[in-house]
Amino acid sequence: MLLKHYCKPKDLNEAYLVLIEDEKNFILGGGAWLKLTHKELNTAIDLSAIGLNEIIETPSTIEIGAMSSLRQIETSNIIKNYCGGILHDAMHHIMGMNIRNLATIGGSIMGKYSFSDIFTPLLVMDVSLIFHHLGQMPLHDFMAYRGVPKDILTKIIIHKENSKGYFKTVKKTALDFAVLNIAVSKSDNIKIAIGARPGIALRAEKAEAYINNQDITDNVIDEAAKIAQEEIKVSSNSRAGKEYRHKLLNIYVKRGLMEVLHHES
Amino acid sequence: MKVNFTLNNQPESWEVNPNEYLLESLRSHDILSVKSGCDTTSCGVCTILLNGKPVPSCSVLSITLEGAHITTIEGITEDAKKLAEHMGHHGADQCGYCNPSLALSVYALKHEIKNPTEQDISSYLVGNLCRCTGYKGQEEAIKLYLEEE
Repeated sequence: MLLKHYCKPKDLNEAYLVLIEDEKNFILGGGAWLKLTHKELNTAIDLSAIGLNEIIETPSTIEIGAMSSLRQIETSNIIKNYCGGILHDAMHHIMGMNIRNLATIGGSIMGKYSFSDIFTPLLVMDVSLIFHHLGQMPLHDFMAYRGVPKDILTKIIIHKENSKGYFKTVKKTALDFAVLNIAVSKSDNIKIAIGARPGIALRAEKAEAYINNQDITDNVIDEAAKIAQEEIKVSSNSRAGKEYRHKLLNIYVKRGLMEVLHHES
Repeated sequence: MKVNFTLNNQPESWEVNPNEYLLESLRSHDILSVKSGCDTTSCGVCTILLNGKPVPSCSVLSITLEGAHITTIEGITEDAKKLAEHMGHHGADQCGYCNPSLALSVYALKHEIKNPTEQDISSYLVGNLCRCTGYKGQEEAIKLYLEEE
């Protein structure tokens, strides 16, 4: 990483003008993964003077400022009490405390890291991203977007539902990136997401369509897990082989479905 | 560029370049208790307290520190001595390379979580790797230190 300049704007407009001034200008999140890039960068824009680090609950939403640290989110009672605490769980297992104090949710989202433990639980919630210039963008549109918009992510909005949730991240060691992660939620419908495949997280839409149109039995849960296993592509990398991921996917989707459906039986 | 901050409660004003990380800045100013390990945020030996919270100094750009409060082991010597006694008694250290960062994390834990459980302690310290002794002795030493406090 070669960084030439640094600035700390006082407001979002000033930050945005610097951002669009040069293709190599970028928003500095926590900076935890900056070393992973080998790009030549121009100006780092530090948003820490602007705030954007509050977690606020309204009757219909939870709003997370993009500069909130992963540790802030992990320890928030608002997050712990929503959707079975799956976002809290995801944060709690991300590397060590020292990293979680530094890394921000905005940086984690805009990095669009394929190993992320954050996208997977967010994908089974109703989530919108708020950008300074583009305004509101549903998370699934952001995931489908090629790359990331040249814009400033200001907050993440979770539109509250009465939902149950399940999250599992499979790791070789506590400090490693996930071999695979799985989230399942149930509100009006069941949602299933798989991440660290090792590609970026995806919803298992065929499995969801199947299970949301069936009366729930053990056989239906088994079948939904099989469909998820068939539709979500996994592959090999240094952390795990394709075959292992394939098996994990089936097992943990099944466990997730059983957990979110358990309370209804 | 010049950056003004406090280091162990003493005001400092250092000239840093935009590419410089806090680990390099500290060591180049002879704060050698802050160790270099993986240099990629994984091992925790470079941990310092930034505004009271443990963070890996290898991944904090020095230029961002204007107005910050940095604490290294030299800023918590009394607590470090007490912890060191327990660590020694439990045979919980060998080469000592990870001790400063571990002591800082334990100090932060003491201030953040009142009456921590064993699970709280191990979760809090999971980012501090020890290459020599393993963790059982450390856990025992830390528990006793926290109980005394």
